[in-house]
Amino acid sequence: MIKKLASCIREYKRDTILTPLFVALEVVLECIIPMFSAELVNALSSGTEMSEVVRYGVIMLILAFASLACGALSGFYCARASSGFAKNLRRDLFYKVQDFSFANIDRFSTSSLVTRLTTDVTNVQNAFMMIIRVAVRTPFMLIFALIMAIRMAPQLAVIYLAIVPILSIGLVVIAKLAMPIFRTLFKKYDALNESVQENVTGIRVVKSFVREKYEIEKFDAASQVLKKDFTHVEKILAFNSPIMQFCIYLTMLFISFYGAKVIVGSGATTLDVGNMQSMLVYSMQIMMSLMFISMIFVMITMSVASAKRIVEVLDDESTITNPENPVTKVSDGSIDFSGVQFAYSADADKNVLEGIDLHIASGETVGIIGGTGSSKTSLIQLIPRLYDVTGGELKVGGVDVRKYDLDTLRGQVSVVLQKNVLFSGTIKENLRWGDENADDTEIERVCKLAQADEFIQRFPDKYDTYIEQGGTNVSGGQKQRLCIARALLKKPKILILDDSTSAVDTHTDALIRKAFAEEIPDTTKIIIAQRISSVQDADKIVVLDGGRINGMGTHEELLENNAIYREVYTSQMRPDTEKEVS
Amino acid sequence: MPRQPYVKDPNAPKPQIGRILGDLFANYKGRLILVMICLVLSAIAGSIASIFMNRVVDIITRALEVYKTDGADAALAMAKPELLTLFIVMLSIYIIGIIASTVQQLNMAVITQGHLANTREKMFRHMERLPIKYFDQHPHGDIMSHYTNDIDTLRQLISQALPQMLNAALTLIVLVFVMMYLSVWMMLLVFCGVVVMMLVTKHIGGNSAKYFVRQQKALGKTEGYIEEMIEGQKVVKVFCHEDRSKADFDKVNEQLFDDANNANKFANILMPIMGNIGNIMYILMSFVGSILVISGVPNLSLSGQAMTIAVVVPFLGMTRQFCNTITQASQQINAVAMALAGATRIYTLLDEVPETDDGYVTLVNAKYGENGELVECEEKTNIWAWKHPHQDGSTTTLTKVEGKVELNDVDFGYVPEKIVLHNVSIYANPGEKVAFVGATGAGKTTITNLINRFYDIADGKIRYDGININKIKKDDLRRSLGIVLQDVNLFTGTVMENIRYGNLNATDEECIAAARLANAHDFITRLPEGYNTMLTGNGANLSQGQRQLISIARAAVADPPVMILDEATSSIDTRTEALVQRGMDGLMFGRTVFVIAHRLSTVQNSDVIMVLDQGRIIERGNHDKLISEKGQYYRLYTGAFELE
Repeated sequence: MIKKLASCIREYKRDTILTPLFVALEVVLECIIPMFSAELVNALSSGTEMSEVVRYGVIMLILAFASLACGALSGFYCARASSGFAKNLRRDLFYKVQDFSFANIDRFSTSSLVTRLTTDVTNVQNAFMMIIRVAVRTPFMLIFALIMAIRMAPQLAVIYLAIVPILSIGLVVIAKLAMPIFRTLFKKYDALNESVQENVTGIRVVKSFVREKYEIEKFDAASQVLKKDFTHVEKILAFNSPIMQFCIYLTMLFISFYGAKVIVGSGATTLDVGNMQSMLVYSMQIMMSLMFISMIFVMITMSVASAKRIVEVLDDESTITNPENPVTKVSDGSIDFSGVQFAYSADADKNVLEGIDLHIASGETVGIIGGTGSSKTSLIQLIPRLYDVTGGELKVGGVDVRKYDLDTLRGQVSVVLQKNVLFSGTIKENLRWGDENADDTEIERVCKLAQADEFIQRFPDKYDTYIEQGGTNVSGGQKQRLCIARALLKKPKILILDDSTSAVDTHTDALIRKAFAEEIPDTTKIIIAQRISSVQDADKIVVLDGGRINGMGTHEELLENNAIYREVYTSQMRPDTEKEVS
Repeated sequence: MPRQPYVKDPNAPKPQIGRILGDLFANYKGRLILVMICLVLSAIAGSIASIFMNRVVDIITRALEVYKTDGADAALAMAKPELLTLFIVMLSIYIIGIIASTVQQLNMAVITQGHLANTREKMFRHMERLPIKYFDQHPHGDIMSHYTNDIDTLRQLISQALPQMLNAALTLIVLVFVMMYLSVWMMLLVFCGVVVMMLVTKHIGGNSAKYFVRQQKALGKTEGYIEEMIEGQKVVKVFCHEDRSKADFDKVNEQLFDDANNANKFANILMPIMGNIGNIMYILMSFVGSILVISGVPNLSLSGQAMTIAVVVPFLGMTRQFCNTITQASQQINAVAMALAGATRIYTLLDEVPETDDGYVTLVNAKYGENGELVECEEKTNIWAWKHPHQDGSTTTLTKVEGKVELNDVDFGYVPEKIVLHNVSIYANPGEKVAFVGATGAGKTTITNLINRFYDIADGKIRYDGININKIKKDDLRRSLGIVLQDVNLFTGTVMENIRYGNLNATDEECIAAARLANAHDFITRLPEGYNTMLTGNGANLSQGQRQLISIARAAVADPPVMILDEATSSIDTRTEALVQRGMDGLMFGRTVFVIAHRLSTVQNSDVIMVLDQGRIIERGNHDKLISEKGQYYRLYTGAFELE
């Protein structure tokens, strides 16, 4: 895991190495300074020899500036290293996700991917910063200060033998007690926020059912639990600072009194006032280090979960990759399913598609009809190789889809997805996803085909109208038509509409199909629809039921010999017979 | 759903530190006073060390004098009792300090978490009372961030920044007194140093804060981009847009790096600079101190001590402590600035005007009394009545809920400048099925938004069983209307809990019956744990059609007198829809139903079909009548047959 993450340092290696280096230097200087300040104090107290005072003063001044330089440099490199590390980490993750197949995306949910790329990266970045800076600084400081203290006054340093274990045990116990609570707490906190989110998006449901009080009670209860747990854990943590103070005060008292005794007893020969003063500074440094170490310990363990989640993404390999020596030309728009079976996961007990034999000639229009859950979408997603078949063979233009270069295949097989998305940007920018170099006339042409030109022209900014993220400022039907136009711009050999006109009124729907028939007769068109009217003029209609082909033929043939089709037709085309009931 | 550009409030709100403190004090007066006392005690205990050092050095110096003349034993004999007294005094002070700090920390934990929970609950309670308009006008991400980021900044402020700043201020004050106790001259010198430190903090800290704000912005932008692209990842794949989106990502990511780098750079550099100013001050103090001692300048101090080494040595310690305190306080500046911004946003939410309700007519269960008159009752009878108290308060009348809904000449616009409904009049008689047909944006959903008073009409009247809906209590009005929306929102919980949302008192059997009615029973039993299957992320593991079936079951279990189905079956295939329809028709027999659908087969059997176009009703009548009129409806209907 660490190796994987460390590989993201790359061009910031220099910064990553220089940071702890300067930190170490800074620590050394910080520990030496009290030594000279001791001399300075002694020079002051011993006989007011001005030259001595000046000498130590100048040395200290130089040291102070050197320490300032080291501190500033380490800060400078640390900022670069950690921001750069985070940048690379985000980049690697994003690139990885871009190369994911549909199957990979399904496995991680969208929201979890977003969290991994945002919150988790920030957590790991903070941990990284801690590691290269504070985690180097504190142990170094601890050791160095201890050495200095022992060298300066071994008889006084004895106190650390007692104090350091007390403080360490105290801090460890607190961290041990607090950590498990923290772990469950964050989960509860997430759950609470999720319930807020649900309330914000589902406010119409809440208000329609007059469930405000119910929701408030639910929220208050969860919030109170959270409050109780948080207070509990913070109370545990509250003991950090008294323990710390206890140790500091104890050390101070010991050093001052025992030190005073030694000084007086020896006539300031084995120890002097300046040493005593410096010992106090070292004590501070030692204890602060211990405090920091326990903090780092807690922070790093908390970021381990984030790191794991990130590595999970980085380690995931795309299930669909380009073949060697790929075919880079799709000869025509014919599609051949031969004994195709498909399941979303290898260990599923039931195939989503079973025994599919379907042959579509180039330029044909094929309609697909079937109930909710009949695997219509799964079927068509195999054609541009969004998923791989788990059995049988699927050919496009006479070649197995697995032999194509992915970009070539997907460039020629244009799918308008059921759950479609527009991106923030102008209409034009959105449409150009289909073809980056399309000019205005070309864009207008496809929009006319998709019956989108008419409403676009009514916008004040026409084709430069800004689409909000997710396309929230256009209606469902408008969005669908824009998505169709975008797919058309690819000039594909095969066009697949997955229930893409469900929010478009029947009249416009008919116009779109008419335009298709007249303007792009050579393109193979596959239309999934709920409405019979959307498919009934197709060359061939496939009725899917439970992942199998239940019937196939023209509208008339199916009406004649397919029960499901007839039932669907009846439900749509004739006013309900039970009309008298209502 | 109404779509409007998000308009920022032009009167940008002011920072509200006073209000935060006010709220804190209102709830935790006692504890806060205790905390303050403890803070003072621990600050004194912390700073008093310097006086103590001064005494120790003084004793040592005197003892050393004795040592020179009388030897070690005499010196020790002289020093020991003095040191012991001092030791006991200090020990007691320190014990008090530790106790004070423990009490303070424990109380702060209670105050912080209590206040956060209060704020959170207050926000949520307030949010639930806000009109739909608020949710339509504010991006949901923004509303959410009040509960996450803004609360978090508040936590930082209360639990860390405020006590630390306070502690720092108190420590500084005590230190100043101690310094004056020792030497006013030297204190003035420390002051000069403080001014330098303030300037540095202002400059570097200011830069750091500036870049932190930028970093926050760049982070928001990057996260926004990531979210958008990953949400649309499947579209990216379909269009082979991976390389482009990578390139665009690199751009925003690079910007984030720049800002983050700068922000951290200034923040990281501040600490060593401040720390070493402390060191330089230390040196300066030694120089000046020794010069003062040598030159014998008369000292000015509260204690009246002369300028000696016993004054200079503790002063050095104090200088260090003084500088450290300021350094630490300077680290809190970012936190304070961010918390103020966060608190301001929280208060903006709390200051939003909640939904008002002047209604006084309530919905009650009723039964027929002995003389055939309506009598209010507790139990569910499938008969509802409007309870209408009279102005004088003496009597109340009960009107049976029949489901007669009238709209008279209703005008409405989501913003006053843009009217979306013009002169709409609708008469729905009890038990009728009324359908709205029309292009998206014609105003179908808007009408239902008005009937349940998600929005209030600009002009005209809406009557429900002859009562102006403004007189009906909103909660009761909404309880009488079951609504199934196109965009299904499910809540985290089991399938059963989600169905029961419609009626919290429904038994399991009633919920299952409702699910059967909605034709959802079959697929629910096939879920891994049937009705106990947990739904998360708005039912992410279900198909759109399945979610719609659950939401219909949810409305069915509520069993309301009037039902509004807004594209409720749009994602359900027509065969299943026909089954659902049959169940619903049975349920709604004798009750009024409003149906919105663009699938004409859904609305064909309605009693009245209203065809809407750009906010006006252009045709009305039943299917046969509209077909025979050969108008817009006819054109829509035949659109399906056109190519035959």
